Amino acid sequence: MSDHLLIATRKGLFALERKRSDWTSTLVGFPGVAVTNVLRTDGVIYAALKHGHFGAKLHRSDDAGTTWCELAAPAFPADAADAPSLFQIWTMETGGRTHPDRLWIGAIPAGLFRSDDRGESWQLVSSLWNVPERKRWFGGGYDAAGIHSISPDPRDDDRVFLAISCGGVWESRDAGNTWQVLGKGLFAPYVPPEQAEDSAIQDPHRVVRCASAPDVMWMQHHAGIYRSADAGAHWTRLSPPTDDFGFAVAAHPRLAQTAWFVPAIKDEIRMPRDGALCVTRTDDGGQSWEIMRHGLPQRDAYDLIYRHGLDIDEAGERLAMGSTTGALWTSEDGGRSWALLNAHLPPIYAVRFV
Amino acid sequence: MADIHFTSHLRNLVPDGPLSAAGATVGEALVNLLAAQPHVRGYVLDDRGCLRKHVCIFADGERLAHDGALARRIGPDSKLYVMQALSGG
Repeated sequence: MSDHLLIATRKGLFALERKRSDWTSTLVGFPGVAVTNVLRTDGVIYAALKHGHFGAKLHRSDDAGTTWCELAAPAFPADAADAPSLFQIWTMETGGRTHPDRLWIGAIPAGLFRSDDRGESWQLVSSLWNVPERKRWFGGGYDAAGIHSISPDPRDDDRVFLAISCGGVWESRDAGNTWQVLGKGLFAPYVPPEQAEDSAIQDPHRVVRCASAPDVMWMQHHAGIYRSADAGAHWTRLSPPTDDFGFAVAAHPRLAQTAWFVPAIKDEIRMPRDGALCVTRTDDGGQSWEIMRHGLPQRDAYDLIYRHGLDIDEAGERLAMGSTTGALWTSEDGGRSWALLNAHLPPIYAVRFV
Repeated sequence: MADIHFTSHLRNLVPDGPLSAAGATVGEALVNLLAAQPHVRGYVLDDRGCLRKHVCIFADGERLAHDGALARRIGPDSKLYVMQALSGG
């Protein structure tokens, strides 16, 4: 069970550590600066920043956040088609066990960047940027489309899955040289009916996979929640007895039938129904659901959990969840009860066990 | 050589006090200066070399309109301030 969390917030990066039964939190870097995501791998922390005025930046710490150095942030090359400016680093992931020096970044606009030297240099994956379907991508919540979920297959690190809002789900089987759009079964009610099944305009808010059964993926879509049993090729819409809008999803690392979602009233509202926050859980692949509220605010709560705001530790024993209202909870029993660690953090963008 | 001052928000990147650079325009002076301060360049100019949307330039006391700011002609004794929009909470 992990006793360490990193929390990326609107106003800095926080580290939390559990000793005995108490969590202590420390502001470890970037006070006042938006930290859009964070990654820790092999003892190194990468923090993605978004200065309101001065652009998106990338920093690295080799000493658990005591000191930081700025790395060159990914940039769209001048000769890339439409060459935009980098707006935000939305997600960072490792390259997998067989590529210890590889890192992936998903950005807004929806550029995928790859580093093979632990973040010292970055290259735009032009093969994805140049797919003809990119002309149909569009932003959801931001002006431009963005990549928020990247997942190398643990059985083959060169087989990379990613998800784009709003540009569907994609797979490369050759470390990013070629790409195929996936996502049969997804449905987008926010476009004219004849385009609703267009795979390249879907808005997957977040996609995660089961670590020990990598073909099993779970998706919180803009319109509904889905499960795939074939690594994203085909999706089945699930029917929880709650709102099926939201952003976050967590997959159990071993139990392929188990996942968690955090419902909210759908898109034009984006708040918990009746001001009562809950988490839903299925243990049978979405056939039945448990609605869990114990320890979560049940009145006057307007917390929303962003895409990267829900995480489960590698052991599958502890959950953590952070909200736009700056509340942070953990659960030791699979989400059935929650303990509030802090109600007064800045708005939380990402929660990660490390 | 134009004197160039930076917003206090960038003080951890550039020294306090004026820096100077040659150039016939604001853009030339900035590019010349930032060539010697490459770690600052990405904070003032975006990856396309454009002035960042929320950075503003004052030249000889005048707040320059964003569009065209880099093309503004300056003299050898010009004084530039690189400032930024004000943030809310």
